[in-house]
Amino acid sequence: MFRHRTGSVTEELQLVPPSKLAIDDVSKTFQAATGKVLALDRVNLQVNEGEFVCLVGPSGCGKTTLLNIIAGLEKPDSGSVRADGKPVTSPGRDRLVMFQEPALFPWLDVFGNVLFGLKLKPNLTNKDRRDVAKYYLELVGLTRFEHANIHELSGGMKQRAALARALAPNPRVLLMDEPFAALDALTREQLYGDLQRIWKERKKTIVFVTHNVREAACLGERVLLFSPHPGRIQEEFIVDLPRPRDINSVDLAGYATKIIRSLRKFSEEQREDGR
Amino acid sequence: MKRFLSAAFFFVVLLFLWQAFFRAKIWSPVLLPSPLQVANYLKGAIEDGTLGHATVITMRRLLIGYFIGIVVGLPLGLLIARWNLLRDTLGTTALGLQTLPSVCWVPLALLWFGQTEAAMLFVVVMGTLWSVVIATETGVRNVPPIYRRAALTMGSKRLHIWLTVILPASLPFIVSGMKQGWAFAWRSLMAAEIFVTILTGFGLGQLLHYGRELSAMDQVIAIMLVIVVIGLLADKIFFSPIEKFLHRRWGTSQA
Repeated sequence: MFRHRTGSVTEELQLVPPSKLAIDDVSKTFQAATGKVLALDRVNLQVNEGEFVCLVGPSGCGKTTLLNIIAGLEKPDSGSVRADGKPVTSPGRDRLVMFQEPALFPWLDVFGNVLFGLKLKPNLTNKDRRDVAKYYLELVGLTRFEHANIHELSGGMKQRAALARALAPNPRVLLMDEPFAALDALTREQLYGDLQRIWKERKKTIVFVTHNVREAACLGERVLLFSPHPGRIQEEFIVDLPRPRDINSVDLAGYATKIIRSLRKFSEEQREDGR
Repeated sequence: MKRFLSAAFFFVVLLFLWQAFFRAKIWSPVLLPSPLQVANYLKGAIEDGTLGHATVITMRRLLIGYFIGIVVGLPLGLLIARWNLLRDTLGTTALGLQTLPSVCWVPLALLWFGQTEAAMLFVVVMGTLWSVVIATETGVRNVPPIYRRAALTMGSKRLHIWLTVILPASLPFIVSGMKQGWAFAWRSLMAAEIFVTILTGFGLGQLLHYGRELSAMDQVIAIMLVIVVIGLLADKIFFSPIEKFLHRRWGTSQA
């Protein structure tokens, strides 16, 4: 390793090795109006370096809670999360989150938003930061809109900007919480393509939460089906299809049907149990 | 340009109406001087320096007091929003004092500080402070939690979050609080200057007061006009651009 310690754009844009995530026996309870809810019940999950994993399940199954725990935004009651062997205790920019609402800062323009995380990285000159931000805006196709105000963007453009902002500090893990749920179908399909391309180009470990089974089958190498009350991983599916995948392809529909069948079967069993 | 012309036309018509009323002699000229008499007074007062001097004195009181009010009020509002203990104690106090018309501070200020500059400053600070405190606190409480969470994941922490996320996110509230504080401070300062003679300097309020004592209606109306113009300028030069920027960024208005 003969690199300089001071950063440069080329160095900053170099691929960082994606993280390996180890989630061991994680449990979490919430105090709801109706009493205690076991949001996560001893969940175990390994995510390999550079893997694209989708967590799918009905709302209230704890998948978002698990994502927040991996992000370090919430603490588990018991169990542990480790990223590359190091325990996760607080949020950190090696694990960036993309939320369902874009969560872009309205007091900054698009460029300022992408720059926000970069400004928190030491060892970069301001020019480097600008160049890096420009690179990611181009990657998501927003170069023309870099000085637009947030409210001027369409829903899809907002999520592109949020994606650029999450990618810019070059995290090892990208945590995505139903990022495309509020978009129209056409925009969504475009973003599926973009996300697959970016995942391939930037080599990130991605944990993607969704309640859309087809979306999960389209994006994930592995799809984990969550069941609610208590939140558990019910079943695991390996999606072995070439990329880029088209959400409308027949092969993909086959996988989606399999997952949906399992989801139905389980919710019926739960109903019979009188839950 | 078209907007400017129609505005100019409006004010010219207003002047003509005034002149017409004066000519009609419905009221005695002592009670309603002509626009020309008022203009003459203004010309004289500008030439002998009375008006400039009084404006400087009033503006100095206002700006210094306003500045202190904001510099103290902004952090105080942030602290109150941050800690519930402060909210229940200082926050409630601030809320109560904000409902107090700021003119009501004048008697207290005079007893505490006497007829001094300090009394004037105190009144202005009290007019500004509580509005800024309450607006800042409300602004912070209205920041969507998701901004904080997003900033946390990007590696922003405590003070950095407060300065780069929570403060700018509450800006629309803070600016409207500052505007309200300005209005309160301006009104209470005028009231204080009319009430009391401060020997260290005659402000616009005092000129207005002496205009009444001398039954010099031209002076009274002229000074009132000056006060109106200062209020308008403060809005156009200082607040309007800020509000325009906020509206454009946040997309809260078409204009």
